[in-house]
Amino acid sequence: MTYLIHGDTGDWEVVIGLEVHAQVSSQAKLFSGSPTAFGAGPNSQVSLVDAAMPGMLPVINGYCVEQAVKTGLGLNARINKVSVFERKNYFYADLPQGYQISQYQHPVVGEGVVTVDLADGTTRDIGIERLHMEQDAGKSMHDQDPKRSFIDLNRAGVCLMEIVTKPDIRSPEEAGAFVRKLRSILRYLGTCDGNMEQGSMRADVNVSVRLVGEEGYRTRAEVKNVNSVRFIMQAIEIEARRQVEVHESGGEVVQETRLMDPVKGETRPMRVKEFAHDYRYFPDPDLLPLELDDAFIEGIRASLPELPDAKKARFMADMGLSAKDATTLVADRESAEYFEAVAARHDAKKAANWVTNDLFGALNKAGLAIADSPILADHLSKLLTLMDDGTISGKIAKDVFEIMWETSDDPEKIVADKGLKQITDTGAIEVAVDEIIAANPGQADAVRGGNDKAIGWFVGQVMKATQGKANPQQVNQLLKAKLKG
Amino acid sequence: MMSDLNSLTIAEAAAALDKGGCSAAELADASLAAAEAASGLNAFITLTPDIARERAAASDARRAKGAAMGPLDGVPVAIKDLFCTEGVPTTAASHILDGFVPPYESTVTRNLIDAGAVMIGKTNLDEFAMGSSNMTSYHGPVKNPWTGPGGEDLVPGGSSGGSATAVAARLCPASIGTDTGGSIRQPASLCGIVGLKPTYGRCSRWGIVAFASSLDQAGPFARTVEDAAILLGAMAGHDPKDSTSAPREVPDFRAAVTGGVKGLKVGIPREYTMDGMPAEIQALWDQGAQWLKGQGAEIREVSLPHTKYALPAYYIVAPAEASSNLARYDGVRYGLRVDGETLDDMYANTRGQGFGAEVRRRVLIGTYVLSAGYYDAYYVKAQKVRTRILEDFTRAFADVDVLLTPTAPNAAFPVGAKMDDPIAMYLNDVFTVPANLAGLPGISVPAGLDTDGLPLGLQLVGRPFDEETVLRAAQAIETAAGFAALPKYLGGQA
Repeated sequence: MTYLIHGDTGDWEVVIGLEVHAQVSSQAKLFSGSPTAFGAGPNSQVSLVDAAMPGMLPVINGYCVEQAVKTGLGLNARINKVSVFERKNYFYADLPQGYQISQYQHPVVGEGVVTVDLADGTTRDIGIERLHMEQDAGKSMHDQDPKRSFIDLNRAGVCLMEIVTKPDIRSPEEAGAFVRKLRSILRYLGTCDGNMEQGSMRADVNVSVRLVGEEGYRTRAEVKNVNSVRFIMQAIEIEARRQVEVHESGGEVVQETRLMDPVKGETRPMRVKEFAHDYRYFPDPDLLPLELDDAFIEGIRASLPELPDAKKARFMADMGLSAKDATTLVADRESAEYFEAVAARHDAKKAANWVTNDLFGALNKAGLAIADSPILADHLSKLLTLMDDGTISGKIAKDVFEIMWETSDDPEKIVADKGLKQITDTGAIEVAVDEIIAANPGQADAVRGGNDKAIGWFVGQVMKATQGKANPQQVNQLLKAKLKG
Repeated sequence: MMSDLNSLTIAEAAAALDKGGCSAAELADASLAAAEAASGLNAFITLTPDIARERAAASDARRAKGAAMGPLDGVPVAIKDLFCTEGVPTTAASHILDGFVPPYESTVTRNLIDAGAVMIGKTNLDEFAMGSSNMTSYHGPVKNPWTGPGGEDLVPGGSSGGSATAVAARLCPASIGTDTGGSIRQPASLCGIVGLKPTYGRCSRWGIVAFASSLDQAGPFARTVEDAAILLGAMAGHDPKDSTSAPREVPDFRAAVTGGVKGLKVGIPREYTMDGMPAEIQALWDQGAQWLKGQGAEIREVSLPHTKYALPAYYIVAPAEASSNLARYDGVRYGLRVDGETLDDMYANTRGQGFGAEVRRRVLIGTYVLSAGYYDAYYVKAQKVRTRILEDFTRAFADVDVLLTPTAPNAAFPVGAKMDDPIAMYLNDVFTVPANLAGLPGISVPAGLDTDGLPLGLQLVGRPFDEETVLRAAQAIETAAGFAALPKYLGGQA
């Protein structure tokens, strides 16, 4: 489904590239031993190196390198065996060194590809241009005091990965799907927690537009620091519309950096001073080039978990799931693991139905993540077993599920405590059937006269009389035998 | 009359301590007294009498207990005020570090403490080690203990001028400095003492205020080659906190000194003969070659064709790195802050007032050569030159074991001279800079006097991590030269 903006002069296509900054999951910072935990008191996680005290030197954190390489492999990307850290020089109060150590000309990861799943069931491949490692800056707070600004250096030096796509994205939906897919891959890999609300992931969005059929790209603008999937999609819509208006009114789109104002629903240019830096990049003489050998890379490759695409293919091929169910289940690692735990002892399609419909439905309604589910995978699995062995009916199972949701109890316990065990004793059912037939001679005659619909009415009455515990198949057989036999 | 204690070398002091001829406390007191009396030389920015007495007493206590003694146990040492020393103001001779007291100890000075050394104070230097005369210090120039023929005050060279003066004037037997383009070897030459710049990576840079990270190396000053070897042995070693520190064992440098030069191949680089170089320096250089030959070395002419590009390349690379290294002095976290209306105003005020003229000049040059549109023409080109210079040396060292050159193109010059001509000042480093660009070890040994009676040094440059050969050859020069002249000012004189 092509996303087009219908202008006065024709239909416009949108060309989008993303630069996603993802915080590497790591106990320590990129070049110092300081901890990285979120939410610590201001300036409580700052080493001498982070504060750029005189004579302090950076030492690379090998774990961060592993995480970056792992991510590169997860993005099907080329790993560069030699990469170089450079200094990006600019002055700001929350940048203690006066430069950010980043990779520039020689990033650790080169070209790769991410396949995204779209709402209409199709997929699209989005090219990855590169991934590089860099230090985060600290945080400036300008709203604490009328005259002064405050600085928190806890984030200063935290390892970020900047993941840059090729200009392959063509709609807000694709951009959203890409970010969600990227986040899913990072979470599968355990290389970034993907918490956008905590700033663990944020994106710079590059947008340009061109008339359908036009070759080449027009000038782009960059919307900086967008911190949710919804805002990324919104920023693209807003910025693309703005650019179409500029082009159609005979103006020129300027290559510039803009900020999105989600409240006003517009983007506006940053002040020139906010971005017009000459960063004077040069290789950091305090650090040697980063050299990786094959054993290091292959060791990481061998430790990679099964990623969503492979998992989805397996769910479809080996377990017979539909593309829709498989896509839903692999979207995040916890969901997939939950499903697999349930499916281990049951029919996969039935397990998928319960997980995607009943469980996800309840979780969505309650606004909960799978990790917070009150129903354990093991319990859901037991519930399916109770159905499979005939202990409870499918209808009773729905009721038990409700109780499990409320109490987090084991379904076996619930069934035992509430006496919900299905009645399979023919004698007991027969008594109930006989009573109902005797009490309703008119209806019985109708059935005998060939009105099969009335059998359904009798089934309902018997189930009601047994509080739903009678085995419906048995009830049906007995009624037929007694009324028509 | 000179106090005996002040004239001792490290080796002599250690022997005296071992034999009970003196105590560490007495050595420290003699050093402190001489340093205080020599305040006119302005060699020290900060004296640390409390620390000196405390460490000397601890050393004496260790000795009394029969504990294992370090190679410098009880020996007074002066520290260039570019090394961060815990609890002691560290200034880099700059106004911008006003009030800065590091809560940490540099690796090299930590190693010295572990070797038993007794710090007596922090020595004066060119601001941020940028200079060849010690004239750029915020704390004023240092005077060379040697004076001109008319009694005029002379510079000690730079940037480690205070450390060189302290040892030459017998205020202490040893000191340490840093050498980015000649900042140990040139002042050693101008003050008539030994100064050694080790191979890049031999000593940790952790805790040394950075000037140019790819060139900076710490090294020793002493009055004998043997002392320099002892001191280097205590300073050196791999440091995981410095990614450019070499993971190599530290050899027994002191043992290397006595090796002799028989069969050693000594290269004389043809390109170091420069137009306008004083005849007496050429003569001393020739003499040096004869001395080595006389002790069994083989002298060979070699060519280092890219030598003439070394100084220009250095004055691109060093300021480029400095402009970035000095960005952290912004008034935000420590040191001087001069307020302004905006953040940018505060930066401008702080850095404008905090940095002296030479530092500002180099920050501007460095910023310029890294700027968009100039980076390739300057910085990238300079790095290519650097590679060519390293290749020159590699080729030469396929043929010879060590190179012999003059250390500096002149003897000590009057305080205040060359200040209006930065290029003339930069030329003082013409013979020393190539070893920094190539990361090679180099030493300056006092070898003779010029017609004004001022000391001149000869430089020996070796293969990477082959300080041992450099020391051996230096010892041979020292033995042959028999340099015994004394400066006019001698510490500890009654």
